[in-house]
Amino acid sequence: MDVPGLGQAFAAQLVRDLRLGFRHIGQAANPLVFFVMVTTLFPLALSPSPQLLAAIAPGVVWVSALLASLLAAESLFRQDVEDGTMEQLALSPQPLSLLLLAKTTAHWLMTGLPLVIMAPVVGHALFLPGEAVPTTMAALALATPTLSLVGGMMAALTVGLRRGGGLLSLLILPVVMPVLIFGARATDMASGGMETSGVLSLLAALMLLALSLSPLAMAAAMRISLD
Amino acid sequence: MSTTLAPWFGWLALLLIVAGTIGGLFLAPADYQQGDGFRIIYVHVPSAWLSMFAYVVMASSAAVGLIWRIKLCHSLAAAAAPVGASFTFLALATGSIWGKPMWGTWWVWDARLTAELVLLFLYFGYMALRAAIDDENRADRASALLAIIGVINIPIIKYSVEWWNTLHQPATISKIGKPSIDTEMLIPLLLMWLGFTCYFFFLLLVRGRAEILSRERNKQWLKDALGATS
Amino acid sequence: MEWLDYGKHAPYVWSSVALTAVVLLWNVVAARRRLAELTERARRRLIAEENA
Repeated sequence: MDVPGLGQAFAAQLVRDLRLGFRHIGQAANPLVFFVMVTTLFPLALSPSPQLLAAIAPGVVWVSALLASLLAAESLFRQDVEDGTMEQLALSPQPLSLLLLAKTTAHWLMTGLPLVIMAPVVGHALFLPGEAVPTTMAALALATPTLSLVGGMMAALTVGLRRGGGLLSLLILPVVMPVLIFGARATDMASGGMETSGVLSLLAALMLLALSLSPLAMAAAMRISLD
Repeated sequence: MSTTLAPWFGWLALLLIVAGTIGGLFLAPADYQQGDGFRIIYVHVPSAWLSMFAYVVMASSAAVGLIWRIKLCHSLAAAAAPVGASFTFLALATGSIWGKPMWGTWWVWDARLTAELVLLFLYFGYMALRAAIDDENRADRASALLAIIGVINIPIIKYSVEWWNTLHQPATISKIGKPSIDTEMLIPLLLMWLGFTCYFFFLLLVRGRAEILSRERNKQWLKDALGATS
Repeated sequence: MEWLDYGKHAPYVWSSVALTAVVLLWNVVAARRRLAELTERARRRLIAEENA
């Protein structure tokens, strides 16, 4: 039998997951809706005053993005483990880490990327200064993959457990705290008109670290969870 | 082995802690800057040290257990977690009590306090994951992987929190300087530090023994071990 | 007993020391309890296996 190459396997898995995702577009849109709704809560709870909102906007945007990614992580592997697809992937000749990376990539395209695209709208609604918007988008584009990858690791560890949801947040939050710190700081600095390339590099470094290590951890975690 | 070694650690810890307490609370002179408030150092610093040491012990034995599939190491990792969490709590609580007279408030978002708080969350996550998995073998390996992920993350968390702190911290709170510590103050601190470490190993052996007993399937071994204690 | 008088810092010092003592003792009690519990469980399992 001809075994497809690594790139081919990655692409096939990615396309399959994207196709499945688009068939249940409502489910995939949940994190995005959640993101927008949480940011709406702050003006309602505090006050609609533009000065106040502009001051807290970086924190609000980043905390909301983090919470949305928590929500998204839950659904990452559950379906495939329940219907047995994951067993097939684990038995396939391709490395499991690669296939899980493809799944996480598809997941990020469905749940992480929309947050990046939605950021200007949310930022505008919170009176975030216009010059901070490009930096925020860039920072979110660098940070959401890290969030997806960490979410993937922890989802692989907890998949199949009864009390998965709350446990998953408890596992993810301490690990992604640096992303929150750097991300919110990038937005904050940009709205103050400061140079942000340093913070963005730190976010990029975190993403590369997650990208290089987490597929291995994900695969190891999934093998533990499957047997 | 643990039955013979544990009491030694236990008594040694008791001796050292009593000696350290007497030295620290009664004999050491008051600090010229902080008065008698500095005496909290004798419980705070050893707790903070152990909170980190316990995590390193936990993660390294978990890693060894995961790589070479050694049940004994998983038992030790499982034993270290609750002890480490209790020391992290202790470090936070005594730090907070210390902060009240020194900083005028129970809590400041000081880098070290914040990092310690994140460490407590990491311990909670580890114990929650372990508790959520019924199958012991799977719980051992999953939590070992989590401990390794955590240990890779700790330097990043530490760095990011420090960086965040230097940007946000108003200059009003001056760090409690380290006025070159007196020998009379230092000796009790070293005694406490050693005593706490012995105490940790004592608990590790007792708890580790419990975990081994619950994992062991070898009948003869179990019979011998149980016979020795009954 | 003047060396026991820590002035205004006394409540802070004594409460930290007391809290530490409580946690240290509780840890020992909890560890011994767990050892007793798991020993008992292992003993029962052994008996059940021998009878089987």
